[in-house]
Amino acid sequence: MQTNGLRVDIGAALIQGGYSGPAVVPGKPGESKLLHRLKSTEKAEMMPPMGARLSPADIDVITKWIADGAKVPAASAAGPARRETSHWSFQPVKRPATPAGVNPIDFFITERLKKEGLTPSPEANRVTLARRVKLDLLGLAPTPAEVAAFVNDKSPNAYERMVDRYLDSPHYGERWARPWLDLARYADSDGYEKDNVRPYAWRYRQWVIDALNADMPFDRFTIAQVAGDLLPAATVEDRVATGFHRNVLTNREAGVDRAEARYEQLINRTNTLGTTWLGLTVGCAQCHDHKYDPFSQREFYQLYAFFNEADDVDIDAPMEGERGPYLKALPAYRRDREKLLAEYKIPALQARWEEKMRAAYANPGKDAEFDFWITSMSAMVDHAMRMLHKKPEERTQREIDTLADYFISNPGPENGRDKELTARLKELKTKITDLKKTVPFLTQAYTIGEHPSHPKTHITIRGDYRSLGIEVQPGTPAVMPPMERKEGEPVRVAFARWLVAPNNPLTPRVTVNRAWQELFGRGLVRTSEDFGVSGEKPSHPELLDWLASEFVAQGWSQKKLHKTIMMSATYRQASAFRPDAAEKDADNTLLARQSRLRLPAELIRDTALQVAGILDPEVGGKSVMPFLPKGVGELAYGGSKWKETTGQEAYRRGLYIHYQRTTPYPLLVNFDAPDSNVACSRRRPSNTPLQALNLLNDPVFLEAANAFALRAMETQSAAGPRIDAMFQQALGRQPSDTERQTLARYVDAQSNVLKAEGRNGDQLTQGAWSGVARVLFNLDEFINRE
Amino acid sequence: MIYSRRDLLNSFAYGVGGMALSDLLHGAAPNPLAPRKPHFAPKAKSVIFMFMEGGPSQMDLFDPKPALQKHNGKPLPAEFTKDLKLAFTKPNAAALASPRIFQPCGKSGIVISDYLPGLREVADELCVVRSMHTDAVNHHPGQLLLFTGSIQFGRPTAGAWVTYGLGSESQNLPGFVALSSGAGTSGGASNFMSGFLPSTYQGTIFRNSGDPILYLSNPEGVSKATQRTSLDAIKELNEEHLRKSADPEIAARIQSYELAFRMQMSAPELLDFSNESQETLEMYGIGKEPTHQFGTNALLARRLVERGVRFVLMMDASWDTHTNLNKKLKEKCDATDKGSSALIKDLKRRGLLDETLVVWGGEFGRTPICEIRNTADPDNAGRDHHPTGYSMWLAGGGVKGGQTIGETDELGFTITRDKVHVHDLQATMLHCLGLDHLKLTYRHMGRDYRLTDLAGNVVTKILA
Repeated sequence: MQTNGLRVDIGAALIQGGYSGPAVVPGKPGESKLLHRLKSTEKAEMMPPMGARLSPADIDVITKWIADGAKVPAASAAGPARRETSHWSFQPVKRPATPAGVNPIDFFITERLKKEGLTPSPEANRVTLARRVKLDLLGLAPTPAEVAAFVNDKSPNAYERMVDRYLDSPHYGERWARPWLDLARYADSDGYEKDNVRPYAWRYRQWVIDALNADMPFDRFTIAQVAGDLLPAATVEDRVATGFHRNVLTNREAGVDRAEARYEQLINRTNTLGTTWLGLTVGCAQCHDHKYDPFSQREFYQLYAFFNEADDVDIDAPMEGERGPYLKALPAYRRDREKLLAEYKIPALQARWEEKMRAAYANPGKDAEFDFWITSMSAMVDHAMRMLHKKPEERTQREIDTLADYFISNPGPENGRDKELTARLKELKTKITDLKKTVPFLTQAYTIGEHPSHPKTHITIRGDYRSLGIEVQPGTPAVMPPMERKEGEPVRVAFARWLVAPNNPLTPRVTVNRAWQELFGRGLVRTSEDFGVSGEKPSHPELLDWLASEFVAQGWSQKKLHKTIMMSATYRQASAFRPDAAEKDADNTLLARQSRLRLPAELIRDTALQVAGILDPEVGGKSVMPFLPKGVGELAYGGSKWKETTGQEAYRRGLYIHYQRTTPYPLLVNFDAPDSNVACSRRRPSNTPLQALNLLNDPVFLEAANAFALRAMETQSAAGPRIDAMFQQALGRQPSDTERQTLARYVDAQSNVLKAEGRNGDQLTQGAWSGVARVLFNLDEFINRE
Repeated sequence: MIYSRRDLLNSFAYGVGGMALSDLLHGAAPNPLAPRKPHFAPKAKSVIFMFMEGGPSQMDLFDPKPALQKHNGKPLPAEFTKDLKLAFTKPNAAALASPRIFQPCGKSGIVISDYLPGLREVADELCVVRSMHTDAVNHHPGQLLLFTGSIQFGRPTAGAWVTYGLGSESQNLPGFVALSSGAGTSGGASNFMSGFLPSTYQGTIFRNSGDPILYLSNPEGVSKATQRTSLDAIKELNEEHLRKSADPEIAARIQSYELAFRMQMSAPELLDFSNESQETLEMYGIGKEPTHQFGTNALLARRLVERGVRFVLMMDASWDTHTNLNKKLKEKCDATDKGSSALIKDLKRRGLLDETLVVWGGEFGRTPICEIRNTADPDNAGRDHHPTGYSMWLAGGGVKGGQTIGETDELGFTITRDKVHVHDLQATMLHCLGLDHLKLTYRHMGRDYRLTDLAGNVVTKILA
């Protein structure tokens, strides 16, 4: 099989060669790689790699043919130009016809069930539906009042109105941002050894929440994130959207080769794009032509080229109300800063240091000390060498400030040995830090922009960034419809539009499939990350296509898509286990019932805090660091970066919990949140004792239990009604008699134990009822949506 | 054939129709950590991996290079340094000879440095590999490669693979435990994550302060008795719900709570060293500085494998001696040599060494040339990262002790005999456990992945 671009069955292709260049140089056998490979006995080089070698006579024939000019008979000169494939996901989306008067989703599901002799389950009861819909749309539990309102609403469109009401809530954006952030491998730190905090990563998250709440059409949502910076009259928000690509890890370990680090980042960006929009594991083609899917290594690097031509750019991205006060304070800050720098003679000192740095950069190995600082600065400061080599008058204000701040903190070896100077620089650093505090906060954002030096893209041989093959241009896989670039349009914009072009079969299929997955626990294509040849086939191909075409027809509205699915009887079915269906369909692929779904990590905490009445419902904003037991953050290099958030903000939703890549918040790890290093299109729920310990003993759940108990004690004085009220708040439904009795017995038993332990009065009562709250939080039903 | 959790659940779900609740709860309930048969008869049942994070200096510990003396302080001939890829140092940096004293030890005559007097005593148990090499020159990528077989993120770590392949013998403890000493590691959690394997297989970190397992203790104000009462109510209510909805996941949840409770009950016994003899505690250096922390982890490692834990990862940081090599390396050796050698002796006398594979080493080694970050202070000299020839050692189950494998050139730059790549080490470790590295696979993103990526050969010379 051909995996490195070289075809030997087509004459012209043989002369043209593979990714590492021409295989045959006509007239020059000595320079022809083909001959070298045929003769070699090195395991990694010899061709053919196994089986019988060519005889010396055969090799002589080839040598002579090359020496004579390597003429190719006309018949074998040309090969097929375009790749063809019959694989289902690359075929155009065809909207299937459906009978009038039947919900198309239910039609396809029921037709398929009929073939197995199965029927759908009845509609779930209204209490279950109320909880299901609110958890699925907002990630929050319904209040007893909300449940009652729905249960008692006798109007025919009661269900639809409930769905609409939740779609309009600002918490919708929070709930649906999470799966998107999983794909975007969102985190609040760089990752790798240093794992520095990214104080403004949240600004991208903010954009996602806002976009989802505004129901930004998915085509615009896509174009903004892939090429928002290059749009005509790009707004700050358009640029912020490109932060999608900045979520990639950054290796700031000092000895890392910057070219290699950037290569790894671009590979990650290309793979992430492939998973997120195309549902393809393009990553395999990093090192060789894809074994299964119809695209080549060349095509991988053509995708890669779109990102290779982009640069990391940090920008001011003020939130509402920030810019005015900032601009007002700026002139005084600039004036005072310049004054300070002059007073400490920074311009002259820095100029000398820069000179030395540039000299060391130009002559590596001459000055070991400065060599170290070059390596170190390159790792810690983005574009350090580029800034250092710019003429001072060509530097932007941001660059001027970055360089000066860096120099003051890292004045280099010679200055560092001057004790007096070191002390003065330290003093200056404090003064500048204080001065900065006088300027009102201005939110920043990590974005991408055009690369100033338009780097060329080469295929890398076997994925080794140092071994460059032929040059390639940005382009899309030949198996897909061609990319159409408008006159004068930046190529990345054309690419972004191509992703959501009407004839692109993958993007809408992949997107509706993930929505389905969120609402049923598995996609119509179970491998939601892989629509390629090695992924699974759709369980209901016609339904998938109907949804995809409906999605586009509805203007790529995600809210409409969710509503369309949720209005179906299929979605509304009861989730109770059906032995008859399980015998034929163990995985519930055919959906003879809804699925019971374990809540994602974040929502387990959210609902507990919510039920307890201590959730801070504020939407958007910075990340928070709730209490973390000692020793967790310390496990990583450089110690803990956790600065505990105090006050109400510590009880914000789990979506806002700071994600430190090397030491993630334990609840997130225990309940299967992704590691945020690569795109994750579906979480795999597990069921472990550590989850039990987490729910039982994590202080935040005890706090919630105490608050929940106090709340219940204030509103219900009698034990029986109190049990009912708490049960209903936590699970949405009334307890059965058995459940009520179990809990009543528990209150007695727990009170006795507490009494025996010497508690009495309020302490005893609170202890027992806090126990009830803990029991409820730990029920399987509490952490599932049914 | 190794079953995925999904398979287990599926086979379970199939049978659920005719099953009584008692069967649901106590009979065929799936346990993804149930012990599983290896591919062939294993030599070792469990692994203790002593990960010396940062890269221990092989030419100061296991691979003496006397020829460096004559070049000391001078740049080396270009033929040695032309292909060097280094993190900080330039190839023209001066050679740095080692002041260490080496001597052949034990009956086998394995050569060990004076910094490791404890290991000298157990030399006959060790298989020193002087010919390790890796593809990564920086810490985090190097650690990813060592533990997951790839420098890309998202793959399962060795401990997760082994636990996935073999399950766990312990009913009360996690199958894969990570311990840490010294500073934090570059890899952090990525050294014991489960990657794309179910998170059931990820390493559970035993902490050095507070609860050994996070959230193991009841929260403040919750006694053992109140916890048990609560657990009983949780169980009753979960069972009631299982009766109605018959979802096997509820049965699994009930089991998880029971295991959690057993963990709570058995962990104090695990951590209680009072039944260990004074002589044992002294041997590990427990209660004395600087050996206490590492020694405690080493003894804990023994107690964990004794109780059926499959994989213990001991992470010790940091051996990254860019500067002040002689002083810092001594500190690391002084802190760990007692514990690591005591572990070998202790396992041996209890008859556990034969069934426990012990591995010691870092993500790479260190250069023969010198890194100077402060020219004004010559004692500041250190060594840079060195991926193309470094030393590790193995001992115990499946390993032929008392031998040295491989050879580096006279200055220690490259390997001249018996190259052992990190993937080969992984294949060999799995082999000792009765696992064929080509067969231990997991399907993800349409591909069957394995620990050894697309490479790896079992190093038969290492095997007993």
